[in-house]
Amino acid sequence: MRFLPLILRNFRRKKTRTILTVGSIAVALFLYGLLVTIDSALSAGVDVAGADRLVVRNRISLILPLPLSYQERLRQIPHCIEVTHASWFGGNYQDPRNFFPQFAIDTETWRKVFPEFAVPDDQWQAFVDDREGAISGRGTAERFGWKVGDRIPLQAPIWGGTWEFNLRGIYDGTRPGDDTSVMWLHWKYLDERRPWGKGVIGWYTIRIDDPANAVEVAEAADARFANSPFETSTETEKAFATGFARQIGNIRLLVVSIGAVVMFTLLLVTGATMASAVRERVPELGVLKTVGFADTGVLALVLAESVLLALVGGGLGLGLAKLFTLRGDPTGGMLPVFFLGGQRIALGLALAVAVGLLAGAAPAVGAMRLRIVDALRRV
Amino acid sequence: MVSVDGTDIPGSLIRVRHLNKQYRRGSETIDVLQGLNLDVGAGEFVAFMGPSGSGKTTLLNLLGGLDVPTSGSVTVDGDEITSMSARRLSSWRARHVGFIFQMYNLIPVLTAAQNVELPLLLTRLGAARRRQQVATALALVGLSDRAKHYPRQLSGGQEQRVAIARAIVADPTFLLCDEPTGDLDRKSGDEILDLLSALSRDHGKTVLIVTHDPRAAERADVVLHLDKGVLVHDPATEPVA
Ligand SMILES: Nc1ncnc2c1ncn2[C@@H]1O[C@H](COP(=O)(O)OP(=O)(O)O)[C@@H](O)[C@H]1O
Ligand SMILES: [Mg+2]
Repeated sequence: MRFLPLILRNFRRKKTRTILTVGSIAVALFLYGLLVTIDSALSAGVDVAGADRLVVRNRISLILPLPLSYQERLRQIPHCIEVTHASWFGGNYQDPRNFFPQFAIDTETWRKVFPEFAVPDDQWQAFVDDREGAISGRGTAERFGWKVGDRIPLQAPIWGGTWEFNLRGIYDGTRPGDDTSVMWLHWKYLDERRPWGKGVIGWYTIRIDDPANAVEVAEAADARFANSPFETSTETEKAFATGFARQIGNIRLLVVSIGAVVMFTLLLVTGATMASAVRERVPELGVLKTVGFADTGVLALVLAESVLLALVGGGLGLGLAKLFTLRGDPTGGMLPVFFLGGQRIALGLALAVAVGLLAGAAPAVGAMRLRIVDALRRV
Repeated sequence: MVSVDGTDIPGSLIRVRHLNKQYRRGSETIDVLQGLNLDVGAGEFVAFMGPSGSGKTTLLNLLGGLDVPTSGSVTVDGDEITSMSARRLSSWRARHVGFIFQMYNLIPVLTAAQNVELPLLLTRLGAARRRQQVATALALVGLSDRAKHYPRQLSGGQEQRVAIARAIVADPTFLLCDEPTGDLDRKSGDEILDLLSALSRDHGKTVLIVTHDPRAAERADVVLHLDKGVLVHDPATEPVA
């Protein structure tokens, strides 16, 4: 601690250089913060996906439907506890840019398959009793300032016209990653009112008794509908969510490669700063050694300076990234779980420390090896 | 007492025997010190003189453990520093030697007080004790009112006095001064020399000073000349046998 002023004072030598270096580290870690937030937003569904749930979809494509009759036939498969279904409504609220998902669901089975979504029982009942009823996730309700009882018009480009729904309840997630952006509608109402495509649903979700039976159930389901006009593809919810994220692009690879390039550039910038900082300070390092600082002490001082520089810049960048994410999803609904977690902040700080150590290593070793007589001769 | 012919003197603080120092520049070797002997008693004020390039700085660096000789030994207060490891040598320096250079060598981003405090950072003293010792050292060199000033806000003479405060703050066994007045005007130089003689006379410090300045030599107890790699007594101060 007593050496801290000695380290900190060095930042004042060339203020512009210090600001530029801290600034580039801050920009890099701000970028890191955003990238990992986007990455975790895209994989949020994967993290909370249940291992005891299977998703059954049309084998050809997720956007092609399945017959309603499959629900009973899926139920007969051993280890199936419950089968529910959902369909994509695809409505817009006020402006197509205000994207949020709406699922037309089977109200009789939905809550048995998705117990993690909490709705007060009276609200649920009011929803069940109203064909035009809807329940919205807390996230979307807060985003648009909806209250229970509001009448919500949605334009339906797939089905035509404007559909109005009565908001009967609001659900919450019970875990941090739970998606609260979805709005639930009645599948029965959709099926009744839509002009075409009647009697089909989007996908089934099966709750099974034990994750260990997932493969067996999935194979049995797909075998049951093989060679029919609607062949199925069944996978765990986790695999389904991952596949969904993969459709958006291999974001993780992108994140890692952008991150790596940024970190490498940062290493060069910080390394150059530290190298010239040591170079112009050679006689002073000689003085420190003269008054009795050990070679390893001088090494530690230079490394500490480099790490401190990186930590200040990194802290600044991560702090700004955190502030940015607190303002919520910037895409207007594409990334419902937009959250920069403590672990990822810690990882960012660890990266900054690593950059500081690596960038400072060569100059610090140079300072350590410096012979006093040579250093003082350069006065 | 001071001797240069290799005879032991009673209670000598510094004892140098057969000191050789060669520098290698490409294929050429330069013999700077050639079998130099020196004994200095505690509390002496010794001036080293000699033409430029005669090896005065080299000698001072060896006495202070900043460099290692090609052969020979330097013993200070019973410790043979020429056989110490680099690590032991740096902690030995911190306890026993105060250095004063021609160019002051203050750290520009630290205040006068912080510069003076540097050697104390390596001790176990707490912040309050360190502050007290820094204040004492600055008072001794007459710069109590400049504690918060940065080197660039001080005159050359004041900078050198800060350097002296830094050299004495940890109460070292002896002071090594390499042309401490070489860069100063006459008046500031005199003040520095007054200060160094007071440290020797009133505080019993052993002071070894390299100088070109005859007035500096006048104040010394003994003047030694570096000539062809060995020390010889100045004829003017040669003690009558
Ligand atoms: N590191 C070094 N490498 C090579 N030659 C050196 C080195 N240091 C000093 N010398 C040479 O040694 C001689 C003595 O130098 P120095 O001790 O600085 O003399 P002085 O202080 O008396 O002027 C000079 O010729 C100088 O060029
Ligand atoms: Mg010299």
